[in-house]
Amino acid sequence: MNETDDRTAANSTVLEVTGLGHSYGKHTVLQGLDFTVAKGEFLCIVGPSGAGKTTLLQCLTGLRKPTEGLVVFEGEAVRDTPRGMAVVFQDYSRSLMPWLRVIDNVALPLRSAGVPKGERLDQARAALAEVGLADSTHAYPWQLSGGMQQRVAIARALAFRPHAIVMDEPFASVDAQTRADLEDLVIRLKERLGITVVLVTHDIDEAVYLADTVLVLSGKPASVAALIPVDLPAPRDQLATKALPAFAELRSRVYTLIRTPAAAAAEPPADESEVAPVSAGAGA
Amino acid sequence: MKSLRSKVLWEIWLPVLLLVIWWFASANSSSFYFPPLATILSEFKALWIFQNVPTEIMPSVARLAAGFAIAIVGGGALGLLLGSVRAVEEAVRPIIEFLRATPGVAMLPIMMLLLGIGTPMKIAIIALVSAWPVLLNTIDGVRSVEPVLRDVSKSYRLSSWDRIRYIILPTAMPQVFAGARTALAIGVVAMVISEMVGTPGGIGYFILNSQREFNIPAMWTGIVALGIVGYLLNKLFGLVENRVLSWHKGMMAHHEGGGS
Repeated sequence: MNETDDRTAANSTVLEVTGLGHSYGKHTVLQGLDFTVAKGEFLCIVGPSGAGKTTLLQCLTGLRKPTEGLVVFEGEAVRDTPRGMAVVFQDYSRSLMPWLRVIDNVALPLRSAGVPKGERLDQARAALAEVGLADSTHAYPWQLSGGMQQRVAIARALAFRPHAIVMDEPFASVDAQTRADLEDLVIRLKERLGITVVLVTHDIDEAVYLADTVLVLSGKPASVAALIPVDLPAPRDQLATKALPAFAELRSRVYTLIRTPAAAAAEPPADESEVAPVSAGAGA
Repeated sequence: MKSLRSKVLWEIWLPVLLLVIWWFASANSSSFYFPPLATILSEFKALWIFQNVPTEIMPSVARLAAGFAIAIVGGGALGLLLGSVRAVEEAVRPIIEFLRATPGVAMLPIMMLLLGIGTPMKIAIIALVSAWPVLLNTIDGVRSVEPVLRDVSKSYRLSSWDRIRYIILPTAMPQVFAGARTALAIGVVAMVISEMVGTPGGIGYFILNSQREFNIPAMWTGIVALGIVGYLLNKLFGLVENRVLSWHKGMMAHHEGGGS
């Protein structure tokens, strides 16, 4: 089945964000965000560095209490991280426990959830096999490469059997080839297991490649500049998909949105520098 | 890559050299205070292999073990509490700084009044003195929990017990061990001093008593025995540390190897 059917058929909302805003003291980072994520949808939140992506993710996962608005997950207001949600953090080397072997890292949340020992080790092993790490269960995380460590973090999320996975720039610190592999892994897992994925990234190509919908975060304070449905054919392919004219069109649309709405909304040009890291000229 | 044999040789050449120098320098000594090493060694053999082991060494080491254990458990538990609850730690910080600056053995007289001069007093002094480095290092260790791991334990809903057991304690463990190593060294000092002022028995008492009886060679053998006990305890400590912190040593070695 392709994702267009998917979206229309099972259009039940998993995550609903209404009037979300957050300020650190007088400094407002997020303002007036409204969007929903449907069951089984892959939503990529893209925005420049410093746009408040991490704050948004913390509000979505209940790690931070928003100063305004409401986040509802599976019908309930989010206070702590909901049981049906698992988080994959950006910094894999810090998010894993170096004193626990890979399998115990993956199984630890299940232990707290009260899953009996044999069962949680089975679940952990299955999750590790799912991400291609069946042979590394007894290694320590620091013995593995960066990409493998992030796979362990993904396995930990999977073993938790969530309905939704929220990822904070999960591939920001691995090399390009590993990154492509991990992107394809996440797409495959999402399709196989039917989970909802919300992924935050600053990489426009990555967002367009992965997403069913791209949420463009822009402005200061940041708000939703656009929700762009991505109707690229499935299965996505690193070469073929990225060579499609539709792909190029989407990425320049996202790029323009990130770059210009601030100017369009009559923001002072000083704001431009905040968005500058993206190479100049590509949007012209 | 050094072989085990050359490693051992490298470790013992200096002690052996010093012993040889001591041997020859003191060979014809007629000084009452510095008898020939030969005399000390033959006395040592007669006294410590192994006649005095059950009567002097065992009681000493047992008291040290008891005091040290109390210091680890007490200092560790209090450090865990103070390290986790910032407000409490800030409130008691001045008291801690004051007490820490007061040498623990200065408490000997009051301890003797309260607990007498027997084993309870000796254990209490050892525990009191060696609890400080454990306490302070545990506070710092607990504080150093990786912020991302706090988010991980929150988002994966780890129970309080699992947070302590699998996140906080392992984070603090390298520093706790560093503190415990210091605690062991000053615990030995406290052990000797408490025995010197307390009831008969133990290595410290033996050293002082030999001196009082003008049995200077015996006094020297007590000092040598004490040195050996201290050395062995430190080795034992190293073995336990290597076992508990094997992940840490492995990680350090790994990063060093990867970084070069």
